[in-house]
Amino acid sequence: MPDQVISVKGLRKSYDGFEALRGIDLEVAGGEIFAFLGPNGAGKTTTVEILEGYRKRSGGEVSVLGVDPQEADRDWRQRVGFVLQESRLVPELTPREALQQYAGYYESPREVDEVVRLVGLGEKADVRTAKLSGGQQRRLDVALAMIGDPELLFLDEPTTGFDPSARRQAWDVIAGLSRLGKTIFLTTHYMDEAQTLADRVAILSSGRIVATGTPESLGERGMQTEIRFRLPQGIGASDLPGGLGAEPRLDAGMVTLNVPDPVPALRELTTWAERAGVGLPGLTVGAPNLEDVYLELTDGTSAERAERTSR
Amino acid sequence: MSGVALVLHQFRFDQKVFWRNPAAVFFTAMLPLIFLFILASVFENSRISGLDVKGATYYVPAIISLAVISATTVKLATNLPAEREAGQLKRVRGTPLPPAVFVAGRVGNSLVISAIMVALVTVIGALIYGVRVPTHTMPAMLVTLAVGAFSFSCLGFALAAAIPTEDAAPAVTNATVLPLYFLSGVFIPQDELPNGVLGFADAFPIRHFFQAMFTAWDPHTTGSGFEPGDLAVVAAWGLLGLVIAVRYFRWEPRR
Repeated sequence: MPDQVISVKGLRKSYDGFEALRGIDLEVAGGEIFAFLGPNGAGKTTTVEILEGYRKRSGGEVSVLGVDPQEADRDWRQRVGFVLQESRLVPELTPREALQQYAGYYESPREVDEVVRLVGLGEKADVRTAKLSGGQQRRLDVALAMIGDPELLFLDEPTTGFDPSARRQAWDVIAGLSRLGKTIFLTTHYMDEAQTLADRVAILSSGRIVATGTPESLGERGMQTEIRFRLPQGIGASDLPGGLGAEPRLDAGMVTLNVPDPVPALRELTTWAERAGVGLPGLTVGAPNLEDVYLELTDGTSAERAERTSR
Repeated sequence: MSGVALVLHQFRFDQKVFWRNPAAVFFTAMLPLIFLFILASVFENSRISGLDVKGATYYVPAIISLAVISATTVKLATNLPAEREAGQLKRVRGTPLPPAVFVAGRVGNSLVISAIMVALVTVIGALIYGVRVPTHTMPAMLVTLAVGAFSFSCLGFALAAAIPTEDAAPAVTNATVLPLYFLSGVFIPQDELPNGVLGFADAFPIRHFFQAMFTAWDPHTTGSGFEPGDLAVVAAWGLLGLVIAVRYFRWEPRR
């Protein structure tokens, strides 16, 4: 296996004059969970479909398991598994039957029973897929993608539309795949999903990668600390002290401050509060997280752009 | 798995899916039999003018033609666009399963359903309506069946390629075949139809398939019962369908 399972240089894609991808560079190493983040319309699915061999690119170089996916053959498909964003299951078959059918397509598939267990469908293995819940169907999607024992798995928004407990279960499954040594390329627009699962993250916005790194390094990258508290009784926004290092924002009685250095800001605030004889109810000091980076970097612009151009 | 084993593997699951879908079984397997019971019962002993056969003898090959087209063109052209738009074909395309094996499984599925239907219609015709089973024209019947089932399967894939959405699939398919059943004499004996209508229907494969099938069932047929001219038209349409399917068939939803 080459060091880099996925290598992308200068990837471009345009549709009818609209540049969906404007030069993307990516490297994904073997055994890694790589999360590809971005708002709807940023180009996530376009990128994944190019990596999966479903779409042709307009420019750049792409290598997946040492092969250009545009030239992908049967041997290459033995080594990759796809969980597509939208793909209905065959309602007439049970999970066990669907897995038996797909197992037949591969040279050395995993055991059907083992895969059923891995994705937690044991009790539902012999129920028609039409009768499974959304979360169970999605787990069967994952099971079908891994029945061929692929080296690399693409998961395109695997938990969209899940309730919180179904998402937790799906995360356990994905973490389990990673423990089997699989390389996982995950797209998501959930920050917590990337933060929980990913070894590395790339954030895509309007067809460009605007940040890459570990979730932690991205979270800390020049980011500001958030200070929040409820505006004390009888105090107006104009009564707050100056010299906090940022303009306080007031929303529904909550004051929010995003400051580069929380220490002087907190000193100012607490000194002022003591003098004024008020408390700082509900005071929190939040460590910067991936969500803040994401919101700052993507800034809602991709989604708007996608809406404008999709018509 | 070897190629043949893989085709059988795929076929086995296609069969399972078909027999477990009540709507598919009704429209593909039951409806032709219902037509047979109605038409053969109503016209059982009335002579079909011009052909000098009784009604049941006319309607057995007619319903066989209808059943084969239902199991091939209609079934493929309604199922495949739905599976394409639901992303099911895209998922299959992402596996190492060769596309040709997928297609072979589906065509095999349609051929086997066609063969079962021909057997059922033949047995019902013989036991209930006393329609004589072809003997010396049996080879012609089987060759006609094979040419028809393959050609109409190709046309099913071609129609599936042309139909844009899941919702349009049953409408487009039925709007194509239903008028042709009427115009080709499948429901209404051909002597009742004006010449212009038959001339129009002659341009399409359904009438030729039925003609070749009828000759094989016609008790007045003296020779082997082969209709090379009709079979050539059916095969030419099948070839056209194959070319369209190879060129335009898509595995991914249009979005």
